[in-house]
Order: sequence, then C-alpha cells, then structure tokens
Amino acid sequence: MMMTTLELAPPGFGLTRLASFSRRRLLAGSGALIAAQALGTSAAMAQLVIDLRKGTFQPMPIAIADFGGEGDMGPRVSGIITNNLRRSGYFVPLPRERHAERTPPFDGIPNFEQWKPTGVQGLVVGRVVRDGARLRSEFRLWDVTSGQQLAGQQYFTDPNNMRRVAHIISDAVYSKVTGVGGYFDTRVVFVDEAGPKENRRKRLAIMDQDGANVRFLTTGDVSVVTPRYSPVSQDVTYMAQRQGEQPRVHVINIESGARQVVGNFPDMTSSPRFSPNGQTIALSLQTGGNSNLYAMNLGSRSTTRLTDTAAIDTSPSYSPDGTQIVFESDRGGSQQLYLMDSGGGAAKRISFAQGSYSQPAWSPKGDLIAFTKRTGGGFAIGVMRPDGSGERLLTEGFHNESPTFAPNGQYLMFFRDPGGQSGGKLYMVDITGRVEQPVPTPAFASDPTWSPLLTEVRS
Amino acid sequence: MLMSFLASARAAKLALIVLGGLALGACSSTPTTDPNAGFGAGGAATPGSAQDFVVNVGDRVFFESDSTDLTSTATATLDKQATWLGRYPRYTFTIEGHADERGTREYNFSLGARRAQAVRDYLASRGIPANRMRIVSYGKERPVAVCNDISCWSQNRRAVTLLDAAGL
Repeated sequence: MMMTTLELAPPGFGLTRLASFSRRRLLAGSGALIAAQALGTSAAMAQLVIDLRKGTFQPMPIAIADFGGEGDMGPRVSGIITNNLRRSGYFVPLPRERHAERTPPFDGIPNFEQWKPTGVQGLVVGRVVRDGARLRSEFRLWDVTSGQQLAGQQYFTDPNNMRRVAHIISDAVYSKVTGVGGYFDTRVVFVDEAGPKENRRKRLAIMDQDGANVRFLTTGDVSVVTPRYSPVSQDVTYMAQRQGEQPRVHVINIESGARQVVGNFPDMTSSPRFSPNGQTIALSLQTGGNSNLYAMNLGSRSTTRLTDTAAIDTSPSYSPDGTQIVFESDRGGSQQLYLMDSGGGAAKRISFAQGSYSQPAWSPKGDLIAFTKRTGGGFAIGVMRPDGSGERLLTEGFHNESPTFAPNGQYLMFFRDPGGQSGGKLYMVDITGRVEQPVPTPAFASDPTWSPLLTEVRS
Repeated sequence: MLMSFLASARAAKLALIVLGGLALGACSSTPTTDPNAGFGAGGAATPGSAQDFVVNVGDRVFFESDSTDLTSTATATLDKQATWLGRYPRYTFTIEGHADERGTREYNFSLGARRAQAVRDYLASRGIPANRMRIVSYGKERPVAVCNDISCWSQNRRAVTLLDAAGL
C-alpha cells in the first residue's frame, strides 16, 4: 500500500511537518509500493507512561472512543485498536458503554472533565474518511489529566489496508505509553493441524498477530513443522517431510509462494533459522546417529560446518548482531544450551539449573534468550540472559513448546498441547510473565513464528 | 520385562490392524503389503511374506525414555530380523525411527534418526548389507498409541523395520 504519515499538532495549531524522510517498501500481500514519511515527535512528553521495567507496573486505564468518519469504518478501526491494547496486557480499555463521549470532536478538544470520573488516564480519538482514492486515517492520544496531546498522526493509505492502519495506530499508542517498540502490525506463521494424532495433517498457515486473515501456505500433502520467519523479509524457512522420505529444510516466499529446498545435503536437515540479515540459514544435518550444525548462505549456496560432535546439536538461533549462535546439544548427556561464534568453533554451555533445555530463541533486542525447559513431567517456557544468568520461567505445565519473540522483544508466542488426541493451541506471554493470552486459530496450531514489523520488511 | 512384553504384544496386534488397513487402502505411494496375502484362520502367514515378518519375527523394537540404547529384548528381536532378512535377501527395507511426545520437535527428529541408526548398525553387525537399508526419522509426529501416560509413550519410542514394496 502507498502510505504517507504526517504528524498532527494539537487542534488549533494546524498540520505541522516537522521532518521527513521517505522510504519505499513492498508490503506483504498488497503488491503495492508504500512510501512512508515518518515525522518528528511532539515535545509534550508527560506522565502517561508505564514503566515495564518495574515488576509492579499497573495496566493503564484508557478509552478508545469510536472513531468518526464515514460509515462503519471508524468504529471498526477503533474496535481493532481496543482489542489490540487490551490483549497487550498493559492497557485496560474502558468498556464502550461507559465512554463519556461517543465520538469526541477530532478537530477540537475532548471534554476532559466528563472523562475524568471514568478513571481513564489516556484517551484515543480518531477519524477515518475517504480522501479521493485514498483512505485518510488519523488519531490523537490525549493525557486526560493534563489535557495535553501526546501523539497525533495522519495516514494516507490504500482503502483496503484499513486493518493494517488500525494496527499501526495501535503500535503508535502502545509505543508512546510504554517506550517499547510496537508489535501489532505483524503476522504469525504457524502449523495448522487436523486429524488423528497418529496421522495428523500439518500445513503452514499465516495470520495477522490477532488471529485475523488466516490463509494456508501449503496443502497438507507434505507434513510441515518448525517454520521460522526471516527477520527482514517475507521468507519463511521450515522442515517438510513427505511420507517415507527424508525430512528437508525448505524456504517459501510468502508473497510469491515460490518454494525451494535449502542446500544439497545427503541426509535429513532440520531446525532451520535465518541469520539477522536473512542471507544465511543455520540448520541441523543428520549424519549417522549424530546431528551437527551447518550454515548455508542463500546467495552463494556455500555451506559452513559449525559443530563437529558425536551428539545431537540442533535448534540454532543467532544473536541479533549476527556474531553468535545459541543452540541446543546433548553432548554433555542431557540437552543444554550452548553459545558459540556464528562461524563455529568452541562452544560454551550457558544453562546449568536442574532440568534440560531446548529450542533457544534469541530476542531481537539481544537482552534475553527464550527456551523450552523440561523438569520432571512438565515443559516450561522461560528466559535467561545470554550469559545464562537471571533465569525466569514464564509459564509451566504439560506441555509448552516452541517460543518465538515478537519483534519488540516484549512478548513470546508459543504453543501448549494438553496431550492425548487433543492438540496444540497458541498463547502469548510477556517477558514479565504477568500477561498471558490465548491467540485464536481456526484449529489445532503449533510452532508459531513471529514476523518482523511489516513496515520494516523488504520484499 | 513384563511391561515390554505386553507393549510388544500390543504393538504386534496394532501392527496387524494397521496392515489390514493398508491392504484395504491399497495406497500406491507408500510401502505396503501384498493385499492378496491374507491371514489364515489360525494366524499363520506365508513364510517370507511381510505378514510373516511382522507376526513371527516382530517388525519393531522399543527404547527407554530419551535413550537410543538397544535393550536385550530389542537385540533379541533384531537377531530374529537379521536371520529372516538373511533368508529373504530380495527385500530392501526402511528403518523408521520414532520418539514419544515428551520432547521438542527438533530434538525428537534427531532422536528418531539416532534410534533408526542404532538398529541399522546392529543389523549391519549381523551381516545385513548396508545397501538394503535406509533410515527415516519421523520424530514424535507419528505416534501409534495416543494417551497421556507411560503405556502409550513406551509404544511410541520405537524403531520399525518396514519392508519395501519392491520385495513383496
């Protein structure tokens, strides 16, 4: 979509272009160019802040008033924003029936005295209208106590990108209040599952992070597991297996649907993961009874062997600067996490507490490594610092698996399978462990992988 | 021993059911058994047939949790497999490695491959040529028993010797 973003000054000050740069991006699914102009931020910083570093933070009471404009577009956009902010766990949107004003005037000042008794600290107002062939969507975030505008933006887009604009506005509000990057304008690829567990159909699916717009990327005649999104593009790498054949690592481009096998390896390849620049895939290659890690450059097709042990080395994950890889190995007897340079060489064990550790996933922010931990009969999802210190379990029970970070590093999505003929469902938990939400999917689901912010994705 | 014997007996029974299903399904793309070679009233199978292998030899061995070591029960079964496979050299076969669901997907694919490799190595040590054997891991994706306790898990931690259709 073609998108232009303008900063909105408070009412009465006119529309101000504070600064601009432009970038052109091909957006997923739209097939159209986007030109976004991001502008400087307003000086009015204020009390409307949640400090997520404090373990005692309280979710912020906020009202997202019905957006104005033509038809039902406004309320649909404000409804999506309300759902997003509620699901983040950091906001408590005021129920619509308790709103002090249905649709406050966008070009005027809301009636703060009427809003104050509702207890909300923040108020989001907005408007969605057709402007020629484009859709004009705009919002303001008000601090109800001080009466100051904290953020205001205007977006011009293709009319069929209304949901994306709602996510982009959600990200703007979320980031302004939390100081953390957004994650609503993202998608999730996962494994859609159906049928008896003995012979379950597993196919790749993609949806918006809130569960909307599900579509299927593979047909189910081949069993597909462990998808991993490129951090920079619309490519997803995964493992596919046809009945009776060796599993192989593949790459699919979500835009074109083009698929290819990664590399020309003599035996089973598994557990792929993109490097931060999207140009290399690290994976595990089976040789006899052992599995070792390799890296394959997708451009040159050159392959580098990274580990050489009589053990199972699997689930590599790059640090966001690309210099290191964390992976799982049973070289010491049980599965533990190890760290090595991304070119291979000596590895250092970083997990030492009771239990076995697997599926490490390095946060895009670099500060944490998520993992699946087995203790007794349960499988927990947790995080630790890259040096192995500060371990915290975020969710426990039987059976949690496959953590993937949101691009802002603040949430993990994973799946939980109660066992038996049941199946996996997706959940997300924030890195404080205080917020856990089910993620809607059409059927059983597993192995989620979070996309980068769509505005940051190259084609 | 009793536990593993019971598990084996259940698995053999299950294998019969699965084979019956395959015969009816007659799926051309997967290795299958001769649909005409039915079971006799007394359960006797034609010597040298796939049924003979499954019923009288045993097509699968089981593993302890997180282990790829062959138990004495497993090696006894594999000794019988090696003898039978030596008597019927027309068969090539696939060794499928499987894991139970108590593990992550990635690890279990490697674990299944390692189990299949352990069987392959043992059969090779009993004189079966390498060019008759291939291994495939299914990780934890293809359990034969589905429940939430040890009775199922112990049946799913297995390596299955599956005769290729070409030899039938």
